[in-house]
Amino acid sequence: MYNFKYKKVSSLDEAQQAFDAADDGTFMAGGMTLIPTMKQRLAMPSDVIDLGGIDGLSGISVDGGTVTVGAMTCHADVAASEGVQKAIPALAHLASLIGDPQVRNRGTIGGSIANNDPASDYPGALVGLSATVHTTKKKIAADDFFTDLFETALEEGELITKVTFPAPKIAAYRKFPNPASRYSVVGAFVAKTKDGIRVAITGAGPTVFRVSEMEQALTSSFNADAISNISVPADNLNGDLHATAEYRAHLIGVMVKRAISDCG
Amino acid sequence: MKISFTINGKQETGEVEPRTLLVEFIRYELGLTGTHVGCDTSQCGACTIHMNGRSVKACTLLAAQADGQDITTIEGVAPADGPLHPMQEAFRDNHGLQCGFCTPGMIMSALAMVERHNGEALDEQTIREELEGNLCRCTGYQGIVKAIEAGSKAMQGAPDVQF
Repeated sequence: MYNFKYKKVSSLDEAQQAFDAADDGTFMAGGMTLIPTMKQRLAMPSDVIDLGGIDGLSGISVDGGTVTVGAMTCHADVAASEGVQKAIPALAHLASLIGDPQVRNRGTIGGSIANNDPASDYPGALVGLSATVHTTKKKIAADDFFTDLFETALEEGELITKVTFPAPKIAAYRKFPNPASRYSVVGAFVAKTKDGIRVAITGAGPTVFRVSEMEQALTSSFNADAISNISVPADNLNGDLHATAEYRAHLIGVMVKRAISDCG
Repeated sequence: MKISFTINGKQETGEVEPRTLLVEFIRYELGLTGTHVGCDTSQCGACTIHMNGRSVKACTLLAAQADGQDITTIEGVAPADGPLHPMQEAFRDNHGLQCGFCTPGMIMSALAMVERHNGEALDEQTIREELEGNLCRCTGYQGIVKAIEAGSKAMQGAPDVQF
């Protein structure tokens, strides 16, 4: 990898200053995407600003109907959290499916959603549960956060501090993982929330999206048969060596049905 | 830049470039070559070590990130001139390796697995699921799974053993 300047910061202010002072700086959370990307020379930041030394950015709290996950909380901690398992079991389950144990010990929720890889899992949970992303500048609703392939509503230098998830009545996540990488070929997050049914699909398109036709059908009748006649067009879905766009379109229906069955 | 950390109970310091990977520092600077580099793309798990008690892939960490942390490699699981760790012994007894290249990573992952399950004996399904970060190209995994099952049981009877 190309060389860079490394700085480990101990506060959000210091992170901001280091970013502003850098020619082409980047923040590093767990580094599970950034380091492999830099090794392949697909990224060559002038400065890497390591957020691993900032106190108070990791941790989970459950307060009434809200689960709060600090931006630097690793996937293994979300998966193992008794509080999350009780309040939103689907969220703990989703975290347990990311990568492998070693990756889950380092990768963070903040790093994952800031990167917005189309095949990542967390965007499904954020949009499926109508979560809120808290940053150093503002609060962003999940529906507005993920804007396009590897693009988010974050501005230059803006840092995620935490994500808050309202607990749903019931929810489930099912994914068809790439057997080698464990990234989602298609992931479906289905939730019955106090504001209605949400169906969020990750892996299939350039970024996470909702399927409103399925949400409406499930509002009238919450069972797998209700969406049997609904198909998502393959136009605009991802097609690559792992799966064609048509196959991903088919998998959406299958994964949503399985998630509905998991909701019981 | 200067880094300093504890590795296998010993304090080590060194001078590294920011881009130096932790596995490079461990192998080339400290001479601890038990930690292997298989794929160098965070998939195979041959470079698995423990940082602050958790399994991580040393090919996907900067040496700089290890500054001030507590690291254990395969060399640290049993004394150099003493008996093998029960998990190592179980790999030998259960044909848990052929060429042996993946073995240090397999054992570090196995020990982390036992730790995650509070030291309980592990069943086959748990082992298969939680071994997904480690690849073996020889054995077909049967011997490895059996070895971890036996190793986790053997650790029950050895409460003083590390991890």
